Amino acid sequence: MSAVKLALKLAIALLLTPTLALAQQPDGSFSSPFRFGEPTGEAIYQNICAGCHMPDGRGATGAGAYPSLRQNPRLAATDYDIAIITRSQKAMPGFSRTLTERQIADVADYISKTFNTPLPESPK
Amino acid sequence: MQLQPESRRVTDQPQPSRRDLLSRIGAVAGSSAMYLAMTSLGLAAESQYSGPITLDGDPKGASVLILGAGIAGMVAALELRKAGYTVTVLDYNARPGGRTWTIHGGDTYTELGGETQDCRFAEGLYLNPGPWRIPYHHRGMLDYCKRLGVALEPFIQVNHNAYLHAKNAFDGKPQRYRTVQADFHGAVSDLLAKAVNADTLDHTVSKDDRESLLASLRSFGGLNADYTYKTGPTASARRGYDKPPGGGMGAEPTDSVVTSASDVLKSGLWRALAIAQDYDYQTTLFQPTGGMDMIARAFAREIGDLIRPNTKVTAIRQTNQNVTATWTDPTTGEHGTTTADWCLCTIPLSILSQIDINVAAPMQDAINAVPYAPGMKIGLQFKRRFWEQDDAIYGGISYTDLPITQIAYPNSDYLHDGPGVLLGAYPFGPYAYEFTALPPAERIRKAVEWGAQIHPQYKAEFEHGIAIGWHRVPGALGCYGQWSTEARDKHYKNLCALDGRILLAGEHASYIPAWQEGALLSALDAITRLHARVMSP
Ligand SMILES: Cc1cc2nc3c(=O)[nH]c(=O)nc-3n(C[C@H](O)[C@H](O)[C@H](O)COP(=O)(O)OP(=O)(O)OC[C@H]3O[C@@H](n4cnc5c(N)ncnc54)[C@H](O)[C@@H]3O)c2cc1C
Repeated sequence: MSAVKLALKLAIALLLTPTLALAQQPDGSFSSPFRFGEPTGEAIYQNICAGCHMPDGRGATGAGAYPSLRQNPRLAATDYDIAIITRSQKAMPGFSRTLTERQIADVADYISKTFNTPLPESPK
Repeated sequence: MQLQPESRRVTDQPQPSRRDLLSRIGAVAGSSAMYLAMTSLGLAAESQYSGPITLDGDPKGASVLILGAGIAGMVAALELRKAGYTVTVLDYNARPGGRTWTIHGGDTYTELGGETQDCRFAEGLYLNPGPWRIPYHHRGMLDYCKRLGVALEPFIQVNHNAYLHAKNAFDGKPQRYRTVQADFHGAVSDLLAKAVNADTLDHTVSKDDRESLLASLRSFGGLNADYTYKTGPTASARRGYDKPPGGGMGAEPTDSVVTSASDVLKSGLWRALAIAQDYDYQTTLFQPTGGMDMIARAFAREIGDLIRPNTKVTAIRQTNQNVTATWTDPTTGEHGTTTADWCLCTIPLSILSQIDINVAAPMQDAINAVPYAPGMKIGLQFKRRFWEQDDAIYGGISYTDLPITQIAYPNSDYLHDGPGVLLGAYPFGPYAYEFTALPPAERIRKAVEWGAQIHPQYKAEFEHGIAIGWHRVPGALGCYGQWSTEARDKHYKNLCALDGRILLAGEHASYIPAWQEGALLSALDAITRLHARVMSP
């Protein structure tokens, strides 16, 4: 078992307490070690996706890159992002076990509505 | 520094003739064939690693371009140069080591998205944001530490006086590992003994076994002569005392009160007891004294001159003759290419899957098949080592169902006055994603708030924190490659096979994911196969 799989196993083990379903944060975050409790597309995006794609959807570049979601023509194809979020693509993990179908639809909706605009120009 | 090529991990080989046979097998067929042969001879049951590799024969100055200076790249560089190859290593980072990394006071770290953290840990204090422990059966890692003079000290996995904590158990009060373990073992042994004595198990347990079973339950659970687990000297000898035995007048101990079987089971705290049962976490585990980066530094002393840092590879193209990497230096804007006869690429698949590389479809598909898991660590500096001074916790790990998941105490400098740094959060899965999406200062604030439920001293003693979310680490883009069983079945061999002049190695090219040993063994196997290819007519 990997060093990190252990903690997942632990998390799974610790989960079985019934009252844990109660979200302790107002935005539904940190409610369970293996399912996301965020109730809205915005909360899901900002609490999960933003870790890589950044809060404003612009992505980030290091030794590799997280693609920008702003005005991304591929995201115009309605089911493209739903499929990726569900199944995983390359290094991006899939979320079919941690998000409900409803949550996935909501966050895809949030992404296409919110980021379908150009980034504000930064002052030159 | 002198290497010690004589140091061998497998010392129990009875006949030299076997060893000769093995080295012949190793030379022609690579280390996995060697390993198979060794296990069939009853040796090396615990590791594929069979001592320093020998790459015999003259490669006549053949050149190898190594991409990535993590454990995999550095091990390969060291061994290939020793074997007579011309070696160049390109690495994106300014420092060697890759995920083998330690943050010390004075270091600055900028994560993806641009947030910069200045580490203000006191002199000598550090956080290992990535690897932090090495189990005794990672023989390759231990042997390289030995040969490169990296001092090791014990890593405490189990501390019986550390805490187990759950929000809804024991009114949220943390319990000592010791009492949970004693009460859990006591409770299940007591119950099972009752079942045996009520003849409930007569169909499954023979008359002969019955006495042994009862005796073993008494021993396992700390039961009394009547096979019960209850408050008294026998239980206290395991779970500890309300007033421990002392000396002189009034020194007699007072027993502690055992928890009822129902409360123990309901608490769920027993779940954390299973962790240390796993092979990977059994004693003895080690850590390098001073931080995991001592390993990176030791390798850099040997082969640092071969590494070009700050070099971001953007394309890898091979022809029939050679391999060329195209790169940019993000610090200077300089562009360039580097060409060699062969290429050993150890770039994590999170990044390699984005790089233009002309390998055949099987390898490309394999490169694209592995999602990268989240992981997050927070180091917290406190004014004093209150966990030692107030709680008598010396090293080891407390577990909780709070999002921080665990608190790990420093395994060195015990009893020192002055500040100390502990690992204040190390979650995976959803909690790790959620921590990573927060700004670093917010991650730290939450870790302090949650940790204070276990150690109320946090509030008064906290000084400074550093928070690393692995999806935001610029040279890694994730914690480790999370192979699914299906993806492994389909792609693993294709990932490891030589494609023309390109060969891959790294944690992702191993069955020991998220361990340095996996990176190391994959590199040794890759260069053994590469060398065989170079030497073949
Ligand atoms: C949170 C965490 C905990 C862990 N715990 C443990 C543990 O306790 N014990 C243990 O043994 N292991 C542990 N591991 C696993 C261990 O860190 C890895 O298995 C190992 O370090 C991987 O080595 P590598 O050489 O394969 O990859 P890396 O160390 O990632 O090396 C790859 C190198 O490639 C470079 N690179 C990336 N992109 C480019 C590019 N475009 N151009 C040029 N260079 C590039 C990077 O800068 C990096 O130096 C842990 C890992 C993490 C993240």
